[in-house]
Amino acid sequence: MKEKVIVYFNNKPFEVEAEQTIMQAADKIGFHIPRLCYHPSLSIEGACRVCIVEVEGMRNYVASCAFPVSEGMRIHTNTKEIRQARRDIVELILDNHPQDCHTCERDGICELQRLAYAMGLRQRHFEGERKRYEKDLSSAAVIRDPEKCILCGRCVRLCSEVQKANTLGFAHRGFKANVMPAYDMGLNESVCTGCGQCVNVCPTAAFLEKNYTQELFERLNDPEVIKVAQVAPSVRAAIGEAFGLEPGRAMAGETVAALKRLGFDYVFDTQFSADLTIMEEASELLERLQSGGKLPMITSCSSAWMKCLEQFHPDLIPNVSTCKSPMSMMGALTKTYWADKIKTDPKKILAVAVMCCTAKKYEAARPELRVNGMPATDLVITTREAAWMFKSAGIDFLNIKPERFDEPLGLSSGAGAIFGATGGVMEAAIRTAYELCTGETLLEIELESLRGFKGIKEGKVMMDGKEIRVAVAHGLGNANELMDVVRADPERYHFIEIMGCPGGCIGGGGQPYAGSNSIPLDEECLRKRAEALYGIDRANTIRRSHENPHVQRIYKELLGRPLSKKSHELLHTHYSAKEPRGIIGNETKE
Amino acid sequence: MVELAQEKYRQLEEFMAGVKQGPRPESNLIAILHKAQELFGYLDREMMDKISVEMKIPSAHIWGVATFYHYFRLTPPGRHTVSVCMGTACYVKGAQQVLDAIRNELKVELGETTEDRVFSLQEARCLGACGLAPVVMIDEKIYGGLDSRKVIELLRGYRKKAGQALVQG
Amino acid sequence: MNNNVTPDYIITICDGPSCIHKKSKELKESVTAQLKRFGLLDKTRIILSGCLGMCAKGPVMIINPGYTIYAGFNIIDVPEIIEEHLVKKTQVSRLVVQEDNLYNRFYRVFGDVNFFGKQMRIALRNCGIIDPESIDDYLSVRGYEALAKVLSDMQPQDVVQELKKCGLRGRGGAGFPTGLKWSLTAEQPGPEKFVICNADEGDPGAFMDRSAIEGDPHTVIEGMVIGGYAIGASKGIVYIRAEYPLAIKRLEKAIADARAEGLLGANILDSGFSFDLEIRLGAGAFVCGEETALIQSIEGRRGMPRPRPPYPSVKGLFGKPTLINNVETWANIPVIILDGASWFSSVGTEKSKGTKVFALAGNVVNTGLVEVPMGTTLREIIYDIGGGIPDGKQFKAVQTGGPSGGCMPEQYLDTPVDYESLQQAGSIMGSGGMIVMDEGACMVNIARFFLEFTQNESCGKCTPCREGTKRMLEILTRITEGKGEAEDIDKLERLGRMIKKASLCGLGQSAPNPVLSTIANFREEYEEHVRDKKCRAGVCTALLSYTINEKCVGCGACKRVCPTAAISGAVKQRHVIDPAKCVRCGKCMETCKFNAIVRG
Repeated sequence: MKEKVIVYFNNKPFEVEAEQTIMQAADKIGFHIPRLCYHPSLSIEGACRVCIVEVEGMRNYVASCAFPVSEGMRIHTNTKEIRQARRDIVELILDNHPQDCHTCERDGICELQRLAYAMGLRQRHFEGERKRYEKDLSSAAVIRDPEKCILCGRCVRLCSEVQKANTLGFAHRGFKANVMPAYDMGLNESVCTGCGQCVNVCPTAAFLEKNYTQELFERLNDPEVIKVAQVAPSVRAAIGEAFGLEPGRAMAGETVAALKRLGFDYVFDTQFSADLTIMEEASELLERLQSGGKLPMITSCSSAWMKCLEQFHPDLIPNVSTCKSPMSMMGALTKTYWADKIKTDPKKILAVAVMCCTAKKYEAARPELRVNGMPATDLVITTREAAWMFKSAGIDFLNIKPERFDEPLGLSSGAGAIFGATGGVMEAAIRTAYELCTGETLLEIELESLRGFKGIKEGKVMMDGKEIRVAVAHGLGNANELMDVVRADPERYHFIEIMGCPGGCIGGGGQPYAGSNSIPLDEECLRKRAEALYGIDRANTIRRSHENPHVQRIYKELLGRPLSKKSHELLHTHYSAKEPRGIIGNETKE
Repeated sequence: MVELAQEKYRQLEEFMAGVKQGPRPESNLIAILHKAQELFGYLDREMMDKISVEMKIPSAHIWGVATFYHYFRLTPPGRHTVSVCMGTACYVKGAQQVLDAIRNELKVELGETTEDRVFSLQEARCLGACGLAPVVMIDEKIYGGLDSRKVIELLRGYRKKAGQALVQG
Repeated sequence: MNNNVTPDYIITICDGPSCIHKKSKELKESVTAQLKRFGLLDKTRIILSGCLGMCAKGPVMIINPGYTIYAGFNIIDVPEIIEEHLVKKTQVSRLVVQEDNLYNRFYRVFGDVNFFGKQMRIALRNCGIIDPESIDDYLSVRGYEALAKVLSDMQPQDVVQELKKCGLRGRGGAGFPTGLKWSLTAEQPGPEKFVICNADEGDPGAFMDRSAIEGDPHTVIEGMVIGGYAIGASKGIVYIRAEYPLAIKRLEKAIADARAEGLLGANILDSGFSFDLEIRLGAGAFVCGEETALIQSIEGRRGMPRPRPPYPSVKGLFGKPTLINNVETWANIPVIILDGASWFSSVGTEKSKGTKVFALAGNVVNTGLVEVPMGTTLREIIYDIGGGIPDGKQFKAVQTGGPSGGCMPEQYLDTPVDYESLQQAGSIMGSGGMIVMDEGACMVNIARFFLEFTQNESCGKCTPCREGTKRMLEILTRITEGKGEAEDIDKLERLGRMIKKASLCGLGQSAPNPVLSTIANFREEYEEHVRDKKCRAGVCTALLSYTINEKCVGCGACKRVCPTAAISGAVKQRHVIDPAKCVRCGKCMETCKFNAIVRG
């Protein structure tokens, strides 16, 4: 039991727990104090001053996000003075912000807009000079628009505290203060992994994914090309949120139908290529185990993680699985296997990936993933972009009649679905590896120790009398920490799953923005999205990748067996150290 | 030239190695940047990248610090640094006019270097010579009791000397 | 000469910043040469001292015995001074500073160094008296005696108790009771704690800390060791502006000397107590005077303040309990220990004990450093010590507290300097800047100047300070440019009040003070600017107009100096200024010998 104290909010007494901030106490008793720079997963900044309240006996207002409650404290959240001060603060932010809400990508889903509305800001008193900066369009994944930045610092804290990539920092000072990569270089030159978490936490449009919706609309009109889409597992678990639904509704059928209405000829399931990934990866693991290859083997599905590895951990590149990501496997098969099947020139295929991820845009542009000189994936759009396109095209997503993925690249096992949640790849891999190794079917297939949102999870499985030790990390910060463990104790694990985003792909940088009453990166929301994927798995009669009949068929028709020459040609790739080298930094905050 | 730069890098590395002997080495970042600027006259990307790798400090963090503090310059300085004291005593006694005159004469703004790289212009807070207000410091030397006319004469004197040095040198 | 032999003569040459630029080094060489000439070199000790405070009159040299101050002379006068004074035993009276109030009050103690009873210089007690680079000098004026006393006779809690009793309050600005700060830090669990000296003096026009360190570095060191003992810290850091190379050099030497003497380092004076000091340089950020920003800076980060609590006394440098005081506060500590809390608290007022150092500057006859007992009135400082306003001009306002302070007009001149009274008068004690302004100062422009400073120094973290001060500056600028609008003064007040109460740190919370205090005290000047587009002080050039009256004889002098050819007129005819071409530089008015040009 925590100690309780009596505090007064607006003259009414409340018994609240001690050792919490005024904001935390207020949240629990139902006073929502306006806020901006505060984020529950990040350190307290106390910078925006939007959450100020009046505390009797204090000369100045206090930031409720940072100030602890104490016995007898009398707090006022809505006096005339505090309302005016708060309003003026929000106006000051707006006064230095472009007045282009109508043409802004986040119009209607912008925290600043909401805040201004809630403040009752109907007039501007203090307008003056406004900062002017160029947009940084250099990255294939993320756009930085410093003019829209309101310096709340969430992205900076996220990038350093959660992802520990330290791509972004504050630079300059005072009115010229701004958020940027080192030397104000383009994100493409920096250590940015493209994870897009900055987009998720940004309250405005200072960070956005590189948007390909207009280009896609145009190309969908081209009668000469065959339009093929693939949909990542996590997209179906979150897209409903963009239409106002609560998190956790799986909407695969609706997504397929909507994509068809948009003009796609075929819609495939990335879960199919996830199954294929498992076949290859599980075999690779077994091979490394048997032939004394480099261990622990580390997964390679997450594009942000792969860029992070190449810049921050190039010494561990030999540990990484050579498997392409499910998206790139699907792209490769679409332009070879599928093109052959429909007897079409692959150059006439437009391969589009609908992903929960911004870094996949970067991945799609990697030259080593090209197939026969063509990009395997032509365009990547995020869940957000897809939702916007459906809306823009007038598609009634919520009431649309669900449709099925096209075959043969649309059938998947439950194992492919859980790829989207942290621990899912590992779980799926174990289901298959166990059988490949022992020849027996693993019955206890729901590996609880690998589920959930603990930063680093560990587990072990007995395979053929040998203990296989595994670990799972999600979020690049946890990944970095796990890599240090690997360096210190290379024998500790045999197999490691890493996902670049907190929660795995379900928390990807391309997922719908938090609605008006929710918080970006909220763990509860991630949990519900994960639950949607576990639900798909449970509902599936096929729950092991190797049991997927179309996977079996493609080995029969094209690949022969996992790790075959053909497999290597189409489904595997390589990685190399990249500049500039990333520095994780020794945090000395004690 | 290359050898000189190498020697400077060697000294910088030595300084960092010294710092790393002590506790919490990365807390010495500002001292390291001071050292780099002392050696090279300014900070550039190459130096900051070196410091980043050597000290295990992310470069965005170093950039943030280098751009935060007025003392650090990010472009090579001119031959002479002209600091105009804008302390209160100097301001009250006409420092603004002196500064305007210098801007006009040199055709540069604060923080900039003239095209011929002879002068860098910067603003100083109090130089502690309030008795001589308004004052301008050129390199290490303080000139007091200035007005717009005197300061221009002073600058022209420096420029002439710099020109001669160039011809001879 | 041999330091162990008592010299016959001591010649102190001020080596403060103003004097350095008046060639104090050459002066020393010349004095040495002359002493040699008369065979007196062995009998004389030459001290290059810290700032003597007489910045307006440099160079300054004091000859003892006789305690004669020579000031404002040239190097060519040196042979005469040495010969007359040391050989003929007379004075070169034309070069002697005699009847100046400032110096009489200031240096009365010089003849009687050890007698502290009448001392009004506590923090600066040794500045100008001792050679700051000589630890022996410091030891000769009871240096490190306080430390010895603390280590041998007092428990840490006794020291804290003494500090609480003496009533000393932080000299850095806010006036937080020092004893309380010490006890809060002492209460925190160890083992690792830190003591910090804030020497990041950054107010424009203030140089107290610089002079204190340059003139007497050991006293700061001694204070800090005592502080470390009291709170249980073994490590101290002096955070000092990189722009102060001389102060840094002297401090480095003092630290090395103190270490060599066993006064710093392991097992100080065989007491078992260990404490060492390190210097960390700032890099030009005013906000680093704020303690949480200063801590960030020492940790190697951007000097951005963070919300308090937790306070540094609980979670400070590297997350450890940390005691931060400024230079002047530390310099008071040895005296408090040696002469006792009750003696110290007998100086000053009921709530503000001891003395305060001010850097007196602006439109006042004697500019320089002043240390006065708390409770001395502004009038006494400006008129008795400062010698009043030069050139027969009228006093208009005095500004204390630097860019965080306020401007007080004439009716506040009898305000005693103490924390509460200054606050009531709409200003603050601050770290000790004191700027006197005469009728030639435009209060709107002064407010703009200070705000421009704080705006430029804003770290950019919190919205009110980053965006709000920018808007206030824009409004002030347009007022001074004659583009002010009726509601602008209200807007300034509205923003100012909000910024004061809502900003994250002390910089933002005090940034509006110069504006709010000038509006409170000089509202009619603001209104004139806005309503009548007039600047009574003639400072805001956009609001000026020059005209030629009937006194003009048509000499043409004005026409010739006008840089924009705005003046026309035939010879011996009254000339006219074309306001469209006039850039209001005022050259014509300076040139006219007939007072025919008027500014309106």
